[in-house]
Amino acid sequence: MSEFLQFAFSGLTVGAVYALVALGFTLIYNASDVVNFAQGEFVMLGGMGTVFLLAMGVPLPVAVIGAIGVTTLVGLGLYLFAIEPARGASAVTLIIITIGASIFLRGVASIIFDKRFHSLPHWFGPAPLSIGGASVLPQSLVVLAGAAILVVLLWAFFERTMFGKAVLATSANRLAAKLSGINTGFVVGFSFAISATIGAIAGILVTPITLTSYDVGTLLALKGFAAAMLGGMGNPLGAVIGGLVVGLVEGFGAGYLSSQYKDAFAFIVILVVLFAMPNGLFGRSKIERV
Amino acid sequence: MQGWTRRMFMGVACSMLTLFGLSVAQAQIKIGAVLSVTGPASFLGDPAKKTLEIYVEQINAAGGVNGQRLQLIVYDDGGDPNQARTFATRLVEDDKVVAMVGGSTTGTTLAMGPVFEEAKVPFISLAGALQIIEPVRAFIFKTPHTDKMACEKIFQDLQRRGLNSIAMISGTDGFGASMHDQCVAAAPRYNITIAHTERYGPRDSDMTPQLANIRNRAGVQAVVNAGFGQGPAIVTRNYRQLQISHPLYQSHGVASKQFVELAGDAANGVRLPAAALLVASKLPANDPQRAVVVSYTETFERRTNQPVSTFGGHAYDGLMILVEAMKRAGAGANSQRIRDEIEKTKGYVGTGGVVTMSPTDHMGLDLTAFRMLEIRNGDWTLVPDGGS
Repeated sequence: MSEFLQFAFSGLTVGAVYALVALGFTLIYNASDVVNFAQGEFVMLGGMGTVFLLAMGVPLPVAVIGAIGVTTLVGLGLYLFAIEPARGASAVTLIIITIGASIFLRGVASIIFDKRFHSLPHWFGPAPLSIGGASVLPQSLVVLAGAAILVVLLWAFFERTMFGKAVLATSANRLAAKLSGINTGFVVGFSFAISATIGAIAGILVTPITLTSYDVGTLLALKGFAAAMLGGMGNPLGAVIGGLVVGLVEGFGAGYLSSQYKDAFAFIVILVVLFAMPNGLFGRSKIERV
Repeated sequence: MQGWTRRMFMGVACSMLTLFGLSVAQAQIKIGAVLSVTGPASFLGDPAKKTLEIYVEQINAAGGVNGQRLQLIVYDDGGDPNQARTFATRLVEDDKVVAMVGGSTTGTTLAMGPVFEEAKVPFISLAGALQIIEPVRAFIFKTPHTDKMACEKIFQDLQRRGLNSIAMISGTDGFGASMHDQCVAAAPRYNITIAHTERYGPRDSDMTPQLANIRNRAGVQAVVNAGFGQGPAIVTRNYRQLQISHPLYQSHGVASKQFVELAGDAANGVRLPAAALLVASKLPANDPQRAVVVSYTETFERRTNQPVSTFGGHAYDGLMILVEAMKRAGAGANSQRIRDEIEKTKGYVGTGGVVTMSPTDHMGLDLTAFRMLEIRNGDWTLVPDGGS
């Protein structure tokens, strides 16, 4: 039982990060039909930014806010200088632009920061807690709680605020939203900014556990994308559950089956689900209107 | 007046010509180096290039070798074996070097090997893998210690502590996989049973499931982690998180200050084999390597403002072994003579250890090349070498 819990906590912690990355994918996809492959770089910028502000002597809370702010601006910049100028292009072109942006951000980060691995202090110390026989880092609970709070805040934003409804309207039908007076360009820019913010927060929460370096984004984007596909592209709830499922499959796969093929299990599960349900667990099939 | 100027110009020109003529007359010895100065393996090639340049300059300032100046020709392969092979051919055919010190990675070394074998030019490699010198190739040598030696050093320490059943957790990257296989092969000779094996991906961020399995496995007395990069730091942190009480051994792949910083307090008590260069200032005064590692560290850090790394040390050893062989071979010796003398290297004290080569051993290091270190309070301490 204790090992079951141990594997579960391992899977949930890793899965929470995948979930936040998948959530970022979903937000931008909904607003603009673009799959933003620079999402992993936002996570990296959050973590590396905090590490380097801290190293410059900035106190931790200021460093955290600074890193989130900078990453949000980068997200906004990505929209303004890369996506917006190519407005009329097809979604595939825009996706290729985001891949280019991710390579660019990684290159810039390797020059501005460095190519080494870095860590941040644990918020509540590194001493593990014992929960039902499993040793759990307090930071894991911080990651889980942080992810939960972000999801609730996003839900409240979309359901309870006028602007949130405008974002939803844009994702449902951009032309109709524009006709009813919504500034859709602003909405898309906003979705890039908010995705970057979520990525940065995820990066900061998880860096004390997983460490960070200029190139952590690639793998996170891959796993986050897989999670978003599993949950159903464009469904926020699906993104969160998809992320947690991928994390748990990895944890239990490594624990009970074989650690050699840990990554394979996650992708096999995703393939099986997508064969059976091509739109993912929670996705609706797209209806093309003629 | 004009005539005087012209005479003066002629004079200067003549003396320039004489100088030029003299430097031509003083023949140069060409040494080649194909290194991965840029690209993913730049952490290997960059310190090696700097080391070679600093010491070739020093040797020339002190009068060269056998009265001849050294000329160093460096090419950067960017970590690409194909490029390395092209440059190797250029060194042999166009530059006509008498010997080569280089080959930062196992991949580039193995790609270049046949070129030097065929041209009968001695090649001292700076890469780790055992395959470079096993089977022995006439013209290929290497200076760095191998994974196998790291395994043996760890097993020796385990024997001394009376532990004989271990679990291994290894990265699936090249370094982890290679060291894992070497350890499995070496274990029976030290009466050590590998009771359990776990793997992790080189970019994984959580190893608690694997370690939980190791913790629950009865009979495991110690854990050995074969890995490189950030993986071992996470393994070490997770190890403490799960409060596993067995001794934990890391490999020489993480013998750097960065590992200690990343693993933090969790690194306390971790043991690992490492080259003497890392603990230069901590070596006892009677240690044979102390003088050379302290001097190399001081020179490298003063000239480059970068912390010393073992990879630069391998290049230092390669160059010095070659220079000493050339001195023994005498002025004007051909590549074959130099090769024979490299093979006769005996008792050379370098940064990597004491080197004694033979026709069957083109590396020449034994287990004394490694020091067993224990991390205590964020710093290395030497574990006294009882026996060996």
